[in-house]
Amino acid sequence: MRTLLYFMIGIVFGITMFKSEAASWFRIYEMFQFKSFHMYGIIGSALVLGVLVTQAIKKFKVKSFYGDDIEIADKEKGVKRYLYGGIVFGLGWALAGACPGPIFTLIGAGYAPIVVVLVSATLGTFVYGRIKDKLPH
Amino acid sequence: MIALILLLLMLNGGKFGMSSNLRTLCTLCGAGKSTPFFDFDWKSQRWNLVVVIGALVGGFFGAHFLSVDTAVTLNTDVVNQLKGMGIHDAGMSYMPERFFENGVWTDWKSLSLLVLGGFMVGFGARYAGGCTSGHAISGLSNLQMPSFIAVIGFFIGGLLMNHFILPYLL
Repeated sequence: MRTLLYFMIGIVFGITMFKSEAASWFRIYEMFQFKSFHMYGIIGSALVLGVLVTQAIKKFKVKSFYGDDIEIADKEKGVKRYLYGGIVFGLGWALAGACPGPIFTLIGAGYAPIVVVLVSATLGTFVYGRIKDKLPH
Repeated sequence: MIALILLLLMLNGGKFGMSSNLRTLCTLCGAGKSTPFFDFDWKSQRWNLVVVIGALVGGFFGAHFLSVDTAVTLNTDVVNQLKGMGIHDAGMSYMPERFFENGVWTDWKSLSLLVLGGFMVGFGARYAGGCTSGHAISGLSNLQMPSFIAVIGFFIGGLLMNHFILPYLL
């Protein structure tokens, strides 16, 4: 049941990413050109509602569907890893035009070459795991 | 919609963070044997793999059953600019043909740009501890300073690529 719900949520997420055009390379390009409100509208509205939802869950100690507490972990403190990692991610995002969620959506949508992006992103994750102890965090 | 997805994921006992799945994929490929970072119980992350499989199926439905015309209506300045850089289908399709149609398999330059972009997405997301969903949505919704720094980083990198590097790569 829980797994089925995850699957359904994923489907809704995939449809949302595709139909909102957040999965389009062109929209990402346009966003970084500041030439359209489109992506800022999507992310901004998600964020306003996301803050309300998250803060409400914390304040009212909302339980999950199964009666467990919902734990929302704080991110580890730090600056370097978030800044440097963020910059590398941003460079890749603006080049490949897809972040990890939409990569899967685009595979489903039938754009075969995005598989190259998925494989190289997995490889990039692997290389990070290999050298992480040598990087400033 | 995205906030609803965030809410449902949390109510179902999960969280919203897509790039973690790339780490799980590494573990599934056997990376845990050689690298401690990937040596974890991947079954604890199976729920998130189910979410991305759903995202894949959702993309299929969205593209094949819920869309008549998938052309993205871009700002006309952007269309002209991209056409000037050789992306002739700007404003007329969902994805640039040069990178995302089958011609790319014999175009080494475009193919290597996809590899490079993907690599940086995967490397950077794990280095920063999250991507657009984990930091820009989940993290900022939880008012996390680290996520704010990461999102600033996303934009520094994205603006650098978009304005100063991509024009030379296309």
